[in-house]
This record gives sequence, C-alpha cells and structure tokens, in this order.
Amino acid sequence: MSQLSERPEKPAVGVKVPHESADLHVTGAALYTDDLVSRFPQLLHAYPVQAEHAHARVTSLRTEPALKVPGVVRVLTADDVPGVNDSGIHHDEPLFPTEVMYYGHAVCWVLGDTLEAARLGAKAVEVDYESLPSVVTIPDAIATDSYQGEQPTVARGDAAAGLARSTHVFSGTFESSGQEHFYIETQASIAQVDESGQVFIHSSTQHPTETQEVAAHVLGRSSSEVTVQCLRMGGGFGGKESQANGYAAIAALGATLTGRPVRVRLNRNQDITMTGKRPDFHSVWEAGFDDDGHLLALRVTMTVDGGWSLDLCQPVLSRALCHVDNAYWIPDIEVHGRIAKTNRTSHTAFRGFGGPQGMLVTENILGEVAPLLGLTGEEIRHRNFYQPGQLTPFGQPVRQIERLEKIWTQVLDEGRYVARRLEVEAFNRAHPHTKRGLAATPVKFGISFNLTAFNQAGALVLVYKDGSVLVNHGGTEMGQGLHTKMLQVAATALGLPLSSVRLAPTRTDKVPNTSATSASTGADLNGGAVKNACEQIRERLATVASGVLGVPPNDVRFVDGQVHGLGSSHEPLQWADLVKTAYFHRVQLSAAGYYRTEGLHWDNARFQGEPFKYFAYGAALAEVEVDGFTGAYRTRRVDIVHDAGDSMSPLVDLGQIEGGFVQGAGWLTLEDQRWDASNGPTRGRLTTQAASTYKLPSFSEMPEEFNVTMFANATEEGAVYGSKAVGEPPLMLAICVREALRNAAGAFGAEGATVHLGAPATAEAVFWALDTARAQAAPDKASVGAPTSAVPQPVMASNR
Amino acid sequence: MSSLQATVNGQEASLSGVSAHTTMLDWLRDQGLTGAKEGCAEGECGACAVLVARPDADGGTTWTSINACLIPAACVDGQEVVTSEGLSATGRLHPVQEEMATRGGSQCGYCTPGFVCSMAAEFYRSDRCPAGSPPACGGHEGDAEHGPNGFDIHALSGNLCRCTGYRPIRDAAYAVGQASEDDPMAKRRSAPAPAAAATRFSGPDGDFVRPADLAEALTVLGERPDATLVAGSTDWGVDVNIKGVRSPLVVAIDRLSELRTFELPTGPLDTPQAGTQYIELGAALTLSEIERRLAGRVPLLEQLFPQFASRLIRNGATIGGNLGTSSPIGDMPPVLLALNAVLVLASARGEREVPLVDYFTGYRQSVRAADELIKAVRIPTPLAPITAFHKIAKRRFDDISSVAVGYAVDVQDGVVSRAAIGLGGIAATPIRARETESALIGRPWTAATVQHAANVLGGEGTPMDDHRASARYRTAMLEQSLLKLHAENPSLQEV
Repeated sequence: MSQLSERPEKPAVGVKVPHESADLHVTGAALYTDDLVSRFPQLLHAYPVQAEHAHARVTSLRTEPALKVPGVVRVLTADDVPGVNDSGIHHDEPLFPTEVMYYGHAVCWVLGDTLEAARLGAKAVEVDYESLPSVVTIPDAIATDSYQGEQPTVARGDAAAGLARSTHVFSGTFESSGQEHFYIETQASIAQVDESGQVFIHSSTQHPTETQEVAAHVLGRSSSEVTVQCLRMGGGFGGKESQANGYAAIAALGATLTGRPVRVRLNRNQDITMTGKRPDFHSVWEAGFDDDGHLLALRVTMTVDGGWSLDLCQPVLSRALCHVDNAYWIPDIEVHGRIAKTNRTSHTAFRGFGGPQGMLVTENILGEVAPLLGLTGEEIRHRNFYQPGQLTPFGQPVRQIERLEKIWTQVLDEGRYVARRLEVEAFNRAHPHTKRGLAATPVKFGISFNLTAFNQAGALVLVYKDGSVLVNHGGTEMGQGLHTKMLQVAATALGLPLSSVRLAPTRTDKVPNTSATSASTGADLNGGAVKNACEQIRERLATVASGVLGVPPNDVRFVDGQVHGLGSSHEPLQWADLVKTAYFHRVQLSAAGYYRTEGLHWDNARFQGEPFKYFAYGAALAEVEVDGFTGAYRTRRVDIVHDAGDSMSPLVDLGQIEGGFVQGAGWLTLEDQRWDASNGPTRGRLTTQAASTYKLPSFSEMPEEFNVTMFANATEEGAVYGSKAVGEPPLMLAICVREALRNAAGAFGAEGATVHLGAPATAEAVFWALDTARAQAAPDKASVGAPTSAVPQPVMASNR
Repeated sequence: MSSLQATVNGQEASLSGVSAHTTMLDWLRDQGLTGAKEGCAEGECGACAVLVARPDADGGTTWTSINACLIPAACVDGQEVVTSEGLSATGRLHPVQEEMATRGGSQCGYCTPGFVCSMAAEFYRSDRCPAGSPPACGGHEGDAEHGPNGFDIHALSGNLCRCTGYRPIRDAAYAVGQASEDDPMAKRRSAPAPAAAATRFSGPDGDFVRPADLAEALTVLGERPDATLVAGSTDWGVDVNIKGVRSPLVVAIDRLSELRTFELPTGPLDTPQAGTQYIELGAALTLSEIERRLAGRVPLLEQLFPQFASRLIRNGATIGGNLGTSSPIGDMPPVLLALNAVLVLASARGEREVPLVDYFTGYRQSVRAADELIKAVRIPTPLAPITAFHKIAKRRFDDISSVAVGYAVDVQDGVVSRAAIGLGGIAATPIRARETESALIGRPWTAATVQHAANVLGGEGTPMDDHRASARYRTAMLEQSLLKLHAENPSLQEV
C-alpha cells in the first residue's frame, strides 16, 4: 500500500459523519455571500442593463438619464475600466461589450443606494443598437461554418476500414440538450477596499484564484492587491468555475471607483439569462458491429455549442472526446470535435464537463442498435466492456477494469435483474396502457484535470500553542462535503479526534495559485496537500515526543489526541501538552502543504497520453413505468453500485452518488432548455429562464426505491487515504433511466424494433417514442397529433 | 406605518420602513434573519419558506408554511412568524432540524432552511397520525406518499433541492416523531391565531390597504379602479419580483370573513337533497383550507389539489385568486367548468351571479368590473359520478399545465346522460369542450363513441407551440385524455 493511500490506526477518514456545517444549514445560521449584506454599511447594489438582441452593435449608450434616478450613484461602463476589459482568461469576453453577443448580454451596470434605485436606473439607461445577423443553434453554426477554438481529433486504428469490415453499419445524428446549473444560490459577490487599498472580494466562486486574477486584470492591479474569499456556495456544479469571475470584477470595479462596498447578486432571471450552461452537443455518427454485437468501429463528428466565447468549452470538448468510449473497447475509432460559436450564453463546466455528453453518444447508439441485433441493452453493453490490458483511444491503459465486471455483476444481482425482467415482461403483457422498462448502464470516468498543470494543490495548517488546529486549503465548499473530508484528513494525519480540528473559509491570501474546485479532484488534490502539511507538523512533533518517550521518531504514534511510543513504558503524551513543549523547543507549529498528482502526461496536439490518475467505475439499474396516454413516467426503482475507492466520508459520498444520479436524470429526462430560434424580435432569447419554466427534479422524480451500494475493498493506491473522487461520475449513472424509458416506450410496439428517443426524454419525447412504436406495430393506433418524424431517424445499412 | 409590527420568532419586529412592494422575504433578511433565501423569487423553489400562524377551522392555529418571497411584508402586520432560526431558538435543534442534519439532508445548505420550515409545518399538522392510528386520522399512513409517521411528502412538493436527490430529505421527514407536550409551538396551536390587522399606509412606491371588512374593501375598490387585489399574492409576488410591477394600490382581502364562507348541502353530495343545491366556497379560502375542509367530498377537487402547484402555494393561494387572475393555464378553471360552477361577484353596487363559463372573456380578461371582487364560488349539486382531472406537465409535482382537462360525466343505462368538460392550456381562456360534450351526450359509452369524441376533442381550442409543449402534443393529449377516461372507467364500458 502506498504511503498516500495508507490509513493509520483509528482514522477519522472512512467514518460516517454529517456535513461539517449541517447544524448551521438547518438552523439558517450558515452564511452565504449575499447573507453578509447587512454587515456592510453604505453598501451599493449593482444592476445590469441587459440587451434584448441576440447579436447587435451598441451604437450609443446614454447613462445620464439613469444618474437622474434618485439613489443612483454611478453607472459602470467600459470607460471606467482601468485595466483589461475582459471577464475571462482567453481575452474573448469583454466585461463591457460594444458588440452584444447574446440575448441578455449586460452592456453596463448601474450602482444604487438600494437595489430598487439600481433597478430603476438600469431601466432608465438608453442604449441604441444596430442589429446584426445571429447564429442561435448548432445546425445554424454548422451551416455557416461558425466555429471557435481548436478542433481536436482522437483516433486509433482505421475507422473507415473498420466500418467497411463491419457486418452491420448504422448511422445517425444525435443531439443532447444543454442543462442549467440551477444552483439554488445565484451568482453573488461583495467587494470592498480596505484602508491599505487592498481589494477584498467575497465571492460565490469555485475558483477563487481565477476570480482574483480576473478582478486584478480588470482593475489593472497585481494579484497581491486583490484577495478573494469564498465562505461556501449554495451549489456550484461547475457553474461557478469560471462564471463567477465577471460579477466579482464588477463588484471590485464599483468598490474601487466609489470607495463604497458593492454587491452584485443576480436574481434568478438574470442568472439564467446571463450565465453559461452545460452545452448542447450535436453528433453525426457511424458505427459498425459484428453479428455478436461487438462495436468494431466508430466515427463521430461532435460539435459542442460553445456559445459566444470559449470559456471552458475547449477542455469540455477534450473530456467529451476522452469519454466517448465510456466502458467499451472500440478497436477502430475516429472522433472529431469542434466548438460552435453561437449567439448564446458562453457555455461552461457542468458536473462531468463534457464526459456525460461524450459517453451519451455511444450509449445512445447501443440503446438504438441493441434490438436490431437481437440483443438486450445489457447484453450488448456487457459484450463490449474493456478487457484488462486494453487501452483507451487516447492511449491510457484502462486500469482496474476488472472492477467494472464485478460491479456489473453485483448491480444485476442485487437488483434481481433476471427475475425482474420477467416481472416487467409479465406486467407489460397484462397492461395495455402502462408499460415498464428496465435498463442497466455502466460508467467509467477519468479522474484528474485533462490539463496536467492543474493537478496541484496547497494547504496551510496552523497549530496554536493551546493545541487547537486550523486548516486552510485551496478548495471551495459547494455542498459536496469537501470541507468535511478535509477535516477528516487533517484529524487522521494528526491523530486527533475530528472535533479538535477547525477549518477556515477558502481565501487566496492563505493558499495561493489554487486550481478550481472541479473535475471531482477537490478531495484528491487538497486532501493530498492537507495531509502533507499535517505530516510535516506531525514529524516535527514526533521528534520532540521521541525525546520524551524514549523511542525513535518513527516509532511515535498519534492516535485520538494521544501520543505514544511503540514499546515505550512512558505514559502517552496529551496532544496539547506535546504542542506546548514543542513551542518551547522552538519547533515550527504551522506548515504549508503541497501536492501534485504523480504520473500524468498529456500531449494535446496528438491527443494522446495518460491524463487521468485513475478511473472511477459504477453501474446502475433503473426501472421506470410509462403511461401510454401521456408519456408521463415515474422511476420505480434504482440500484447503484459505485466505486468511491475506500470512501473517505461515507455519508458525504452517498449524498454525492444519489444527488449526482438525480441531477443526471434531470438532464436526461426532464430539464428542457428552450431557445427562441425563430426570426422574430426575441430571436436568441432563452424561453426557459425561470423556475416556473425550467423544471428541475423535485420529489416526484426521486426513485421510489433507491438502493446505493459502495463497491467494497476498493482501495485506490493513487489517492489520499485510498479513496476515489466521487463528485461527477455518478451523474452519468443516470443514463440507465433514459435507456429504461426507451425500453418501456418500445414495449408499446413490436419486439425487435429500434426506439429513437429525444434527450432530454421528457414526457412529450417519451410519448412520441411510444406512439411511433405503437403505430409501427398497429398503424390504426397512431395519435391524431403524430408527427411524421419525431426525432432524426438513423439510417441503417447492412454490409451483408 | 411606524406602528406596524409583527412577532417573529417570539420577538416583536417592526415593519417600519417597508414599502407597499417590500416582500416579506426582503423584510426578514433586512432584520438579519438570513436563513430564508431567495432562490427563484416566484414561489417555485421554497428556499424562502417560513411559518405563519393561521386560523384553523376550529378556532385554533395552524402553523402554515408559505413562500415569504411572494407576500407583501405589510401583510404580516399583527401576525406571528417563525423562521428556521426560530425553530432552534432554545439553542437545541428542533426535531426536524435534527433529522435533516444527521441524515445528510443538507449538502450545500441553501435550500435547507426552507425545507426545514415546510417540514415543521407538516410536523405540527394536527391530523398527522402515525401508522396504526384510528381510521379517523385519514388512513394515508405508510402509502407511497406518506411516511409511517403520517408525514405527507406533498408537504415538501414546493421545495427544490439541487444537491441531494431528495432521498435523505424524505428519510428525515419520515423519521420525525410527534411533537412533545411541552413544545411551545405545539401548544400554540390550541389558542386562536392572530386576527388580521386592518392596515393602511402610503409608501414611496404605492399604497397598501388591508380593509377591516368587505364593505370597506368594496368602497376602496369603488374609489380606486387602479387597485390590485391580493389574497395569497402568489401572482403579485411574481409581478413585483420578476416583472418589476409597482401597483399604485395594493388591497389585501384574504382575511375578510365575508369571503371565507364554507357551506355544504346536508346529506350526500351525489344525490339530490332538499334545501341548498350547491356547495359554497368563499373566495378567500386557501386551496389548503378547502382541501382540508372538503376532506374528499368533491372527488374531482380531491384529484386536483395534490396536482395544484405545491403545498407552499396552496397554503397561500385562494380559490378566488386562481379565478380572478383569469390565466388560461390555471388548474382550477377546467375543474370548476366541469363542475358547472357559478361565481358570486360583489361590488358596492350589489352582488350578482355569473356562471364560470361566461366569466372569461379573453387572455387574462373577464366580465369582472374594476370595482368588483369574487366573493364566493358555488358548485351545484348533485355531483356527477364520473369525474377526472388530467394534467399534462413536464413534472409530476409542482408544475404548470401544458394541458389540463376536467371531466364530469354521468352514464345512465349505458348512455351518456351528462358530460361537462373543462379545458385549460389550449386557448386564450379556459373553455368548455362543447363539441366534444355533444359528441358524447345521448350516445352509448362505448369505445366507438369515445374514439369519435376523442377525435372531436383533439380539435377543440387552438393549441400552440411553446416551451412547455408542442401544439401537436397538446392536441394529442386532448385526444388521449378522453381515451384514458374511458379506459379508467371500465365498469361502465359496453354496458
């Protein structure tokens, strides 16, 4: 066992503890950025002026009328920017644009004594626009060659030859819809300038360092003059990885110009209409199979909607290309990726970061093709699983793939798959108007940032003379339980009870140059750094203890707040006493910890390498019931077996698995983002811009029976205390819900027919799928409203 | 307005400084009570949920969960409010907080105070009984939507969580026990709720009036045609928060006793009785109150209630409000159209009765004059034996209909003797499906009749494409709806 993964005696990791802030959450005492408002006297409120054009040039901007509104203090425009007018890091997203790039783009911001004054001021600003042609869908972008960024390809073997050799070749076009993060806490920042001129920003951000850097370049200052703190977030999910930066910069700019604290808090409409989302994907595919259902060759051209600027869509696309294989060996493969430039919000990270969109392409192919090859979805998937020793298309060995075989067997066993298939079939025979569907899907998800440099982290652990411990690390807390885990790591590394360790809010002046808390890496990276800092301190204390206990430093053990020597007859030392002794011996009681993930390499030009430290595996089995009159459905039961390594915090990890699954099911079956693609005056407008029109899963979408098992004896040698990252992988387990819906829809028709299903598979999409199946089996049963073609129909050919 | 004040978490709290358009949520947060959050500002997410002391039908108090983002702060004048902070005022976690905290019911924690308040309201529901209780308790315990402790999961249908996937929250809800004898909030239930305080002030963004009685309300309406009436204020809140509407005058009528009548004919409702031939529901009764007091006696309404928005909304929203707003996608009109309901409109000029079918005149327009308000809704009896409410929406809990259909049908000797069908979501107003009704009445209740009538129903109205559904799906859903009604009433098939 590696030193990184080894757990000492009585570790605090692996213990089921509630979220470290649970008591504060339930009493309402937990503070979020916008809860601090009343602590800032003289606070100004910012309100954006949003353009109602998909694409337009700003020909004039008159702010004077706003300044006449009582309570309006200032209007921030491009002229006010002392540094770089850009809210990102690629210099393609002006903070104050002269060219409106999407419907809802903020052209300037009004500061007022009250939010109402700022709102009325924003209404009073006069802007003239010259409308420009716009691109609002991926097919529009493809037709007009509107792309941005690089166009990578991942390839192995010869896809053309593989397709030519295949007995069965299928092709089609598949689109998956975007997803709104809908963190319940919208984007929020408060900035103020202190007496020394230091700019201090409270921000709800997953990436305090980048928020600091963007605010600094907008202000034309150095990073050392800007401090960013994130208390905690009310949800992030990737939506605050880059998207928080611009709002923090607005607050900072306002604060430096007025000398008063400035608050930017988006209301829900502003948040939805201004911030990027999980991007839509559009894929044109060809897949070749043999008679046994082996996927021999795959060729895909994948287009991601980047929106108006690149933001994170280049790495999102990389991850999509790295996950198109999911758990399957595809000998000959060629996947081209490109990023559409459209007049929509600038799309961004969202839990899974392109991985879900990539693997959905292949999962959709398998789901469509299985009946045509006379196989169940489970058979065709299982037959294509990677075998030990095989490599991904980008050349990384698929280590621990044997885990997937075990997980698959376990989930089908625990879910009584064989028996329940028969039960479902019997139910379907007995119920003409209601059908059930059962489906299982696997997940293999690579952990680490694709970009190797991001795989580093820092921590600062402070031990005070009274023995108390304060942990700082570079990760942010957004509900995923990172702080809980970091407390467990520190307590474990120092041999203290969990209650003896405290954690401070994330700040850039404690731990600099941090990576975003994203890519599921928060616990691996920051945990490594916290452990390293604690071990430095522990080693110094061991030297001090060694003298007292009369044993070599290596034989000093720290367990549960006591320090004893192996074989020493001396009474154990109390932690606090040892700390005090160490202080008087002039031993440093604080340490900066550091961690870098070893063994990673990535050649972006060739799209080859080993970008991932390890893969997380899982599988899920879902049963749904569909109403044949409406397409409405419920999820009756879900069984999951997931590999979280040796779980660092079982209650937290269970929450990540369940929550990720339901969020994934929302993306795949419910959440239906709509944009106005008409040529009318509101072209480009997001029509689902509120909770009333964009529906997230509620209690009614929760699986009625929900069984989650963590894969046992799952030590991961390459990660802190043997655990695995768990933030993102479970989201993709939800693909089984969509497949179960496909099966249920198919049960309304004849056996052996393929079923095309939209993504998201809303009740309406399910209805058309089942209605088509029903009509194919019995043409007189077609619904009056039946479309000629509900979704793009794949073309099927046979080389036979 | 300096005299306005409320009791929050047992402490006096001044409402001075609120304007006519300050929401209760903003006011609470300005007091430093930041537990309640703004998640959506339109009553969809429940992050702002708090508890208010509202009168029950027996002279006591019901701890009622509502969305603070939708309520004018001025409406809280004289009222008692408890927030998530107040539930643990003693320094110990409240039982619902304890269960939520220890079972992983919170992750990011932002929605949690709202969940806790919704959960506390259900915790204190006086007729919530654990499994094994006498049948008088309602008999829901332990079914798919009730816990063994009698907890109705619909109590949480208006709260959204983006993190947990809900399972631990459900487990927490189903694990809470009964309130202890010395629980002050439990004890508070047996004393009357605070009366509504007559309130009147002028603010920088408009005036606010809570009239003392109906006569005063009608006088105000007669004098001020620019007044906006609010009861549950679930529309007002959306207008204020999302659309930036600032009405010159807000008039709160939800507590007027004249608008809170509840009368039933004596005897069974499905057979003709002597005396009054209708059920009267006061316009200012909340949907939750009607649900509780009817207790299933109008099966069509009983089907509707769980599908009508969420408990948080139903606790505030009134039956009169859902009609007064004249939305084409309200869920109450299709049902009341099927029930042949009649509205009682009142003004200083007097009262008049208008059949609901004649009430709507256009998109969000009705025959109600500017000086009139809806006083009551009357549902004629006897009720039809076959009734159904079909709501088509993306989400099963708490969504807005893309299509809604209400049915009230009677079949005598195998022949349809009565059919009233109300439709929502397929025209500028809620409508009756007159042609479909004609295609059914006098014909045998057979598959052939129904298939023909279903085709007719598919042609009713003018469905359109929008973000909720395509026009062709709406059309298909109309057709499928009648087929479903027939399939679900098999005992009457082919009689």
